[in-house]
Amino acid sequence: MVSERKKKPFRWHVLVFLAPAVIVYTMIMILPLAETLRFSFFQRDTTTQVVSFVGFENYIKLFFDPYWVEPFLNSLWNNCYFFMIHMLVQNPIGILIAALLSMVHLPGKKLYRTAIFMPTLLSFVVVGFVWKLMLSPLWGVSKGLMKSVGLGSWYLPFLGKEETALTTLSLISVWQFIGIPMMLIYAALLSIPDEVIEAAECDGVTGISQFFKIKLVLILPTIGIISILTFVGNFNAFDLIYTTQGPLAGPNFSTDLLGTILYRTFYGQQLQPGDPNMGAAIATVMFFIILTGVAIYLFFIQRKLTRYEM
Amino acid sequence: MAISRARRNRMAELGAHIILLAFAVIALFPVLLILINSLKTKKAIFRQPLEFPTSETLDLVGYTTVLQQGNFPLYFWNSLFVTGASLFFILLFGAMAAFALSEYKFRGNRLLGLYMALGIMIPIRLGTVGILRLMVTTDLVNTHWALILVYTAQGLPLAIFILSEFMSTVSSDLKSAGRIDGLSEYSIFFRLVLPLVRPAMATVAVFSMIPVWNDLWFPLILAPAEHTKTLTLGAQVFVGQFTNNWNAILAAMALAIIRCLFFTRSSRASSFGA
Amino acid sequence: MKHYLSSGIAASLLLGSASFAFAASELTIESWRNDDLSIWQETILPAFMKAHPDIKIKFTPTAPVQYNAALNAKLEGGTAGDLITCRPFDGSLDLYSKGYLKNLQGMATLDNFPDSAKGAWSTDDGSATFCVPMAAVIHGFIYNKDAFAEIGVEPPKTQAEFMAVLDKIKEDGNYIPMAMGTLDQWESAAMGYQNIGPMYWKGEEGRKAIVAGTGKLTDEGWVKPFEVLASWGPYLGDGYEAQSYPDSQTLFTLGRAAIYPSGSWEIAGFNRDADFKLGAFRPPLPAEGDSCYISDHTDIGIGLNAASPNAEAAMKFLEWMGTKEFAELYSNAVPGFFSLSKHEISLSDPLADEFISWRKDCQSTNRSAAQIVSRGTPNLWNEMWVVSANVINGKQSPQDAANQLQKGLSSWYEPQMD
Repeated sequence: MVSERKKKPFRWHVLVFLAPAVIVYTMIMILPLAETLRFSFFQRDTTTQVVSFVGFENYIKLFFDPYWVEPFLNSLWNNCYFFMIHMLVQNPIGILIAALLSMVHLPGKKLYRTAIFMPTLLSFVVVGFVWKLMLSPLWGVSKGLMKSVGLGSWYLPFLGKEETALTTLSLISVWQFIGIPMMLIYAALLSIPDEVIEAAECDGVTGISQFFKIKLVLILPTIGIISILTFVGNFNAFDLIYTTQGPLAGPNFSTDLLGTILYRTFYGQQLQPGDPNMGAAIATVMFFIILTGVAIYLFFIQRKLTRYEM
Repeated sequence: MAISRARRNRMAELGAHIILLAFAVIALFPVLLILINSLKTKKAIFRQPLEFPTSETLDLVGYTTVLQQGNFPLYFWNSLFVTGASLFFILLFGAMAAFALSEYKFRGNRLLGLYMALGIMIPIRLGTVGILRLMVTTDLVNTHWALILVYTAQGLPLAIFILSEFMSTVSSDLKSAGRIDGLSEYSIFFRLVLPLVRPAMATVAVFSMIPVWNDLWFPLILAPAEHTKTLTLGAQVFVGQFTNNWNAILAAMALAIIRCLFFTRSSRASSFGA
Repeated sequence: MKHYLSSGIAASLLLGSASFAFAASELTIESWRNDDLSIWQETILPAFMKAHPDIKIKFTPTAPVQYNAALNAKLEGGTAGDLITCRPFDGSLDLYSKGYLKNLQGMATLDNFPDSAKGAWSTDDGSATFCVPMAAVIHGFIYNKDAFAEIGVEPPKTQAEFMAVLDKIKEDGNYIPMAMGTLDQWESAAMGYQNIGPMYWKGEEGRKAIVAGTGKLTDEGWVKPFEVLASWGPYLGDGYEAQSYPDSQTLFTLGRAAIYPSGSWEIAGFNRDADFKLGAFRPPLPAEGDSCYISDHTDIGIGLNAASPNAEAAMKFLEWMGTKEFAELYSNAVPGFFSLSKHEISLSDPLADEFISWRKDCQSTNRSAAQIVSRGTPNLWNEMWVVSANVINGKQSPQDAANQLQKGLSSWYEPQMD
């Protein structure tokens, strides 16, 4: 793993720095997960209950059996949409809020920051519950609020309609996680050295154009990290859908994500017995989808971004 | 010129306040709704959801139900201990590894970085059975350590990913100066670099904490015993499929929210004071 | 290597932390019935421990949505409780065939239950029984008696009367005619389709025909109930598409809705929450003079974890579950869950009594997707959730819904293949 250059003495400190993280991570995370992924090459015989090696059979089923591939593609598409909304809404708004917060003399900054970060701290159970209740016709809170601002006729049972459910859930998720881009970008903006800003001001670059021409460029690596975290988070998402829409991601599977289809398959639900082998196949495919996305970022985008030492 | 600029600044400031206030309201409104309704009678919850509790509609039955259900002070302590210890290990091990990856050139550095990032891409829950078996063989089931180990492993990839990004922005002149002064690599890390990346550590602390104290799954599988139960697990009794005890649910939710506030405060204090 | 390393970490981290193991002599019951926690703690278990002072026993429920996943993981890891609460039919059969549940065939206590009850927890050929039957639930409609009196309607007997009642309540305008939502989907299938359906597909006769492959889900008896469901939409509350199951319960118990399509399992909660008089009526007959079928679903049993170190004590508990004492305690403590034993028991709850009285005039049947036909992909029961909700939402025609179910079933279930 760690090898010394021939001429230098062995650098023990490198090993010391790396060992605890690598050991804990490998033992508790990688080995159990690898074990799970290995399941995808096995299947249990329905009559004899014997588990045996089946090669790529599970994958072939996943890609060619219409009862597997259709739900899978549906959830893949939904997931892309879910991700798109996050990129278009969550991250720009996060940047906007962070930019406003970083304005030099703004009283009450800390209060705003804590308030906007609050939803990020809540568990999915709480978030799902609150929004389900708010949007529920029983409570009538959202209907009443919309009426009070003259939008009463626009009220729909948002979570119950195929056309609106996924968008609504994406926005709820944006509401929940907006604090993450905000905090990261805020930290990045604060770490821009004053000299850079002063130099820009001397050149007459101020206000909004300063933000776009100087600051935004300097924080691009952070925006890159945020995008990749959003991507990974979105393609693993499932809790929110499970708590609000139930395991079948209704209505009519319109909110089914890769994560929900995975958990349903892996652990089963009510009369659907769990199928860890098929589930592992889905997990492996998901893993490669995410890996591809991350690899594209690491090898094509991150390399183009210039990092500045600050 | 100067006056108009000042005025423009004031206008901009006002605009910023308005926008921030709007977002703060959007963020807090649902939370507030839970808090005020947790204090009301069931009828009032549904008849006047937007009103503050009055002497007529005030009802603490939700809280009494929740608090009677189990040993909440103990659950609270369990959550606190597990979260705190996990956070400590995530930050310590994560920063050490991130430093090694971003500071030293060695064969396989990039590959190791990628290896450590794999964990971000696949939910650890899928390894549940393997993890449980491991905990059974090591006799760690129903101990705090089972949870702490899992959460540490779970938090490390993201911590390393974010921290190495920040570590690479630490000025190399400073480190060279330290080496010339004869500081050991350990001192450079602990005394020069670590203080500089403190804001990043605080960020990582907050992000790592969220999935840990909100987690229901691993406490359920690895430590369901009464003496290791976490608060989230203790409160889950109320959010089942057949439950519509709104008072209790709202109270449990409100307690969860209050706990979050408590944690943010204590985490800020601890991570900045490190 | 793996073991050596992990014990190394464990040892180094264990400093200062005590390791607790399960107390050997204490039995634990795994269950999804977290609603019943206090009943078990305060009524049922003390009664057992009084008779068996040497055995300690604990009820440790998990929320229903996590129950299956958590139980499976614990069984695989070897940390599950001694006694396992069993879901009916294939839900538990799967556990038995993987070797997690002990075969109880030959236990004297099983003689206290009729074959129809044991069937829900036996292998297809009946050679093994792996859970002691506990209770069944009966589907039907619960209504607000005060509201009915106020509007001046009587509980309906036939489908035509039922629609007339709905129309009258709607006209009156003070109450939402029916409290039901389609957000969670399973209500549409369980409390909609499976509630009224047996009247049309003739209960067990229809269900067994599907299993045998002699009937099809596109036959009239299976399409008709979808047609009835399609007519429900206008009588449900505003925005019912986003109404969840607890929302519906609340809508009804707050007195805002007149009728609640559901089943006997609601009784305990409704008795507690509703401050008006409650009544119940049977699913309406398709037409006057038709014979009556009700969904009388074997819902819950308890089995023995094959890996339990306390099997002997656990068996004592299972034996006790066959006694009249348990049947009476349980049925009265959890009104609406009816003991499956042969013992004559008296029910103190009038509403529960009403539900169980239907057994006299009607033939009982199980939920149609519960046995055998939900073993493949697509899963018939899941599909039923989705299409039933679609039909009520007006997103799919009744015929279409039936076609989809039949097509899915015939794609993997041999007796149904053309």
